[in-house]
Amino acid sequence: MAMADAGGQDGGTAAAPHEGPGAQNGQSAPDAPPLLEVQDITRRFGDILANDSVSLTLRRGEIHALLGENGAGKSTLVKIIYGVLRPDSGRILIEGRPVRIASPAEARALGIGMVFQHFSLFEPLSVAENIALALPQGTADAALKERIATISETYGLPLDPDAIIADLSVGERQRVEIVRALLSDPRILILDEPTSVLTPQEARQLFATLKTLAAEGRGILYISHRLEEVREICDAATVLRHGRVVAEVADPRRETAASLARLMVGEDIHAVKAAPPPEEPGPPLLHVRDLTLPADGPFGVALYGVSLDVRAGEVVAIAGVAGNGQRELFRALSGERLAQGHGVIHIEGRDVSLCGINARRRAGAAFVPEERLGHACVPEMSLTDNVVLTRHAASEKTQERLVRHGLINMDAARRICARIIGEHDVRGAAPEKPARALSGGNLQKFIMGRELDRQPRVFVVNQPTWGVDAGAAAIIRQRLVDLARAGAAVLVISQDLDEIFEIADRIAVISRGELSPARPAAELDREAIGLLMAGAHEKRHGRADNGTHAAEARP
Amino acid sequence: MNGLEAFLVTVIPAATPLLLAAVGELVVERAGVLNLGVEGMMATGAVCAFVVAHISGNPWLGVLAGALAGALISTPFAALTQKLAANQVATGLALALFGLGVAGLIGEAYVGQPGVRLPALNIPVLSALPFLGPVLFSHDVLVYASFVFTALVSWFLFRTRAGLMLRAVGVNHDAAHALGHPVVRIRVFAILFGGALAGLAGAHLSLAYTPQWVENMTAGRGWIALALVVFATWRPWRVLAGAYLFGTVWILGLHLQAAGIGLPSQLLSALPYLATVVALVIISRNRVLTLTNTPASLGKPFVPER
Repeated sequence: MAMADAGGQDGGTAAAPHEGPGAQNGQSAPDAPPLLEVQDITRRFGDILANDSVSLTLRRGEIHALLGENGAGKSTLVKIIYGVLRPDSGRILIEGRPVRIASPAEARALGIGMVFQHFSLFEPLSVAENIALALPQGTADAALKERIATISETYGLPLDPDAIIADLSVGERQRVEIVRALLSDPRILILDEPTSVLTPQEARQLFATLKTLAAEGRGILYISHRLEEVREICDAATVLRHGRVVAEVADPRRETAASLARLMVGEDIHAVKAAPPPEEPGPPLLHVRDLTLPADGPFGVALYGVSLDVRAGEVVAIAGVAGNGQRELFRALSGERLAQGHGVIHIEGRDVSLCGINARRRAGAAFVPEERLGHACVPEMSLTDNVVLTRHAASEKTQERLVRHGLINMDAARRICARIIGEHDVRGAAPEKPARALSGGNLQKFIMGRELDRQPRVFVVNQPTWGVDAGAAAIIRQRLVDLARAGAAVLVISQDLDEIFEIADRIAVISRGELSPARPAAELDREAIGLLMAGAHEKRHGRADNGTHAAEARP
Repeated sequence: MNGLEAFLVTVIPAATPLLLAAVGELVVERAGVLNLGVEGMMATGAVCAFVVAHISGNPWLGVLAGALAGALISTPFAALTQKLAANQVATGLALALFGLGVAGLIGEAYVGQPGVRLPALNIPVLSALPFLGPVLFSHDVLVYASFVFTALVSWFLFRTRAGLMLRAVGVNHDAAHALGHPVVRIRVFAILFGGALAGLAGAHLSLAYTPQWVENMTAGRGWIALALVVFATWRPWRVLAGAYLFGTVWILGLHLQAAGIGLPSQLLSALPYLATVVALVIISRNRVLTLTNTPASLGKPFVPER
């Protein structure tokens, strides 16, 4: 283990981290100054120290991982390096020269390129226009399109300069971001969680591109919390926790995913324990037959012939790259959008195809959408009010009745709220606190608890642990498995393949609005799922063509 | 001059203030800012143009004063919404009322005073053409300017880098900021430009359309200009079509009234509003086109993280 504990060096002078064996593969002369040095960067947001005396060294030809949980301060650090944020103190050196980076334009002039986590693309504009906006001057003219074509070819990143961003798949959008960063020929390229939206195959393609770029002598700062890929491609790693550097790993290849996770989280991660699924499958509690819905807007995805059974006692997961119809499928199942005829969606044998969300709740289902703030709950309202919002119309069968003759029984609501907070270990919560005041993980625990408290027979959840810290995520996954084993039908829509393999009994894959048949998890591996993610099962489009998955929504 | 010729000659001046104000507001909204104060800026422009022309005797100075006054009165809106991230709807409504009030105050002493008419600019050769000459080439300078501005704005938005930046800011101000584009500065310039064009629209009313000052002479044209921009899906040439449709139905209503048709005059005056809204709703029914042209950041305050 070649790992230096740097946790105690806060406030100290800039001690350059020691040379590790992983730094030997760059093309730089042994005594040349490192490409990028970050020294003692501190940045405070209100009461929170987002970066506490963070230091980091990036060498030529190195792919350097920046590891940490959500909220560990990774994004803050790279935004400082890219000139989007200003540090409170600390300094940045490029090739040994101290620099002040006041804006992204200055960062680009210094040779720093960045690929953002949440794409900073302009959806109604074309690829070429988006790229022109990141250059110091010029418009989306023929010369620029020529340059885009050249870069695309050199690095194997095919792109149509005239395509509109809204029509592109997430993988293609990322290519736009990368080509955009490469056009200014950066010495340093920063990628913020680049693979979180890619299929395994797309990720592999990206790794090949990154290795080519590193071999040209560029330095790559690679933010991720996916440990396997960090081990696969990175030459060095810096681990952040609560805004501080807790470890510098000289050669991630010599680590295990578990040892890296321990550094990130500071403790061992609870592994989900699940009894094997019932041998005799229960009756299908959620039954979907041939669900077809047109896209609900120019950027929406149409659902095409989706069929699925979720039986009592099992967890079925739907994998897929974001933006392939997950949101639309969730909305169709929850009743936010009704089916186009009878006989499409059944909950516990009842045809609810044309029933709204309250009727479906009364039929015994519960739903947890993807966006916590604004969809699953109202941020400004208290937790108690948020309890009332999903339970005001549910039947008496499963719970205390909250609304009588149009009046809310606030005492009962508060009681339920307190019970949820207690039973689901929601930290920092109180019934009268606004939902917004909770951290992402705790709010998600609360929202899951609110629905689980109703003891639903059918449970549909979209991205249950998105943006949730690893500890809370493990608890949420355990609850999902427990609920299923207690006899409910659980449907999990997720982009996180690790999560899916951890909890799912059967797995289906959605791509461009089509759902593959659900198959037992034991029969599938990442490779097979990756092919399905790319559309191998699609009837309407045929084989994957890497095409525009929203194309059918446009004229 | 035959009947059709006389009719068309009156339509164009009726449409001009709408077109000027709407093209200005289009630029503002393309930058992601919703300025509901067009009516107030137009009224201020109208009164300042009138007063300056009346005192100096020079209508050209009046035009200049109208544009300057419109831009000037939009500066508090720019400061409040851009520097202090105030709510744009509330601030815009306040600007509309404030502008009308200011115009009434300035113009009080000038009600009924003789105005200075902006002379018609006969374009050599072309204005001598039969029919087309009087209809198209014998108008005041602001009529021509309204066409030039429409073309310029269209070219600026879709052909120049600055226009691309402005549209980008309107589509996603966070991304534009992350790329280092000066969101606030671009928006402030857009607001000032929109104010200047609303002021020009007012100047056309008080110097050319009816060369005098009457309180409330804008008569809701600022609100129609706002509606034109939205229903025209933020596209300059469609704004022009909408403005001319409105002008045509308006003048038609006046002629019908003069002809003593048996319809209540209130209904006839409501007709252009109704016709414009119906026509533009039908145009903007194409949701895809609407959404791809809608500035997604419209009306949202931008507070940069720093």
